[in-house]
Amino acid sequence: MSILHIVNKSPYERNSVALAVDYMRDGDTLLLIEDAVYTVMQGGKAASIIDGQKAIVLGPDLAARGIAKEKMIDGVEVVDYAGFVDLVEASDKTQSWL
Amino acid sequence: MKLTVQVNEGPYQHQASDSAYHFTKAALEKGHEIFRVFFYHDGVNNGTRLTTPPQDDRNVVARWSELAEKNDLDLVICVAAAQRRGIVDEGEAERNGKDATNIAPGFRISGLGQLIEGGIQSDRLVVFGD
Repeated sequence: MSILHIVNKSPYERNSVALAVDYMRDGDTLLLIEDAVYTVMQGGKAASIIDGQKAIVLGPDLAARGIAKEKMIDGVEVVDYAGFVDLVEASDKTQSWL
Repeated sequence: MKLTVQVNEGPYQHQASDSAYHFTKAALEKGHEIFRVFFYHDGVNNGTRLTTPPQDDRNVVARWSELAEKNDLDLVICVAAAQRRGIVDEGEAERNGKDATNIAPGFRISGLGQLIEGGIQSDRLVVFGD
């Protein structure tokens, strides 16, 4: 049973990203949207939360916040809304960490 | 894949409705079926046709109505949340003695059972909110 964990809160505002990571099991996927995209900013104190975790980030929300590719930590996968839909399909269920 | 989308926040206050719209649109473009979009809590404010955003801004309400018309979407507004916030269709106006309606085209007011049914009938339920 794989779960797509969708987080939309900045890690500098709430602890949803850390909480989702704690709850994730093998085969689960983490998708960062809206203000949660701030997690992948290079040099940010929160970037270490997703250390060793495969993180996927919504591209349009990165662009809306001016986070360019060179400002991101390594190993982050960027998807568009079509990719978001594919991730939902690839998991058995979704959990939005509101 | 059959999807139900839940929207818990109103337009312009939070990104939830925008995210839900773009997700829904992308799913339709990929050929997936949207079983229902359910507007809950402040999300019911997405269903008033009386909003007039500036012309150079996106019209969140009209955008949902247009997507619904084009794709025959079922946009459902939670009745209890709607009553609290003054989202009214003809049936509700009559039942509660109101002198006007404001529901936007493509939306309908119904109960929470519609959300549960969406969850049961769909392959995935995706929630957008604050």
